Amino acid sequence: MKKISYYPGCTLKNKAKDLDRYARETLAVLGYELDEIENWQCCGGAYTSAKDEIATKLPSVRALKAGYENGGKVLTVCSACYNVLKQTNHEFKVNSDFDMRVNNYMGEDGGYHGEGEVVHFLEFLRDEIGFDRVKAAVKNPLTGKKIGAYYGCLLLRPSSVLGFDDPENPKLMEDLIRALGAEPVIYPMRNECCGGYITLDDKNAAKKRSTKVAESAKEMGADCMITACPLCLYNITKNADTEMEVKYFTELIAEAFGIL
Amino acid sequence: MENRNFKEQILRISGADVRKCMRCGKCSAACPSYDEMEYHPHQFVNMVNDGKIEKLMESKSIYKCLTCFACVERCPRGVEPAKVIEAVRLEVIRQQGKNYMKPDDIPAKLDEDMPGQLLMTAMRKYTK
Repeated sequence: MKKISYYPGCTLKNKAKDLDRYARETLAVLGYELDEIENWQCCGGAYTSAKDEIATKLPSVRALKAGYENGGKVLTVCSACYNVLKQTNHEFKVNSDFDMRVNNYMGEDGGYHGEGEVVHFLEFLRDEIGFDRVKAAVKNPLTGKKIGAYYGCLLLRPSSVLGFDDPENPKLMEDLIRALGAEPVIYPMRNECCGGYITLDDKNAAKKRSTKVAESAKEMGADCMITACPLCLYNITKNADTEMEVKYFTELIAEAFGIL
Repeated sequence: MENRNFKEQILRISGADVRKCMRCGKCSAACPSYDEMEYHPHQFVNMVNDGKIEKLMESKSIYKCLTCFACVERCPRGVEPAKVIEAVRLEVIRQQGKNYMKPDDIPAKLDEDMPGQLLMTAMRKYTK
């Protein structure tokens, strides 16, 4: 079993345990073990684009350094952790002032300059494992199921930094859905915002936003949606007026692998 | 509000070049929060350029942007409106006593399914 450094993030230890559990179990089927980095701290959920801010980015720097020292890269499953860690890592490459201030602050714990790499589980499937091998591991093909992949904002943007997929016409999750034997449903709102955290401040806005997304998937014929983001899952299930099943993409893989 | 050079600070914090805007409005057309905003993304860019920053700082619009980056992705001039809005919001909440939401406000808003990610992100966006 090959090991890869893993950063689960806060939500995967709490409300999104399924996202974590099925990530570990499905990757084990494919011959990899998720090696959780020690003493990781919460990524903060949001990356601030403020050029002069370092304090809110330090937990990510610590995770990046730990991942780098343990094999060169760190794998994430949550969209937010991926977005925050990857944007933080990128900042080292384009902002020498950031690099200097972070390392000045961290002292002996520093010595990191963006050498590491952040990989999302989905990228790992596409680039390292390959969808052919995923397909070969399917025991229970999801034939006849129509599934709408929901990318949202965090996996795709800013594309110049993340490079996850084409931000306007992504196909990674559609390729995964095909590999699992199901039929991907392309719908217009699949790369739009779910309403994020606005539910705390403006419940109505969250309702409007998430309903638009779920309605769009439904109109194009999706029976169910998959996501990598606990916040997207929350908004579609709790705030959208449309009845729509949403599950984590790792659960869908587990179902097709026959380990659910 | 005291007389500070907000424009210089916004430009420094955001790293954005608002002068590149050609006023096509694509950022606002792409914005999922458009309906909830008093000032829209293209107005943030232009008003910062014109130095009318206090108006933006006083508007609830700074809390309606969820930094989904649709505007950044789709701007044909690379202006990065979301980073400008973020900088204006920070200009407000970095002041003593200007947090938009307090931890004590949270318990009444909780439901059992709310992920930690949601609370963390909100606190990062609303408080300092």
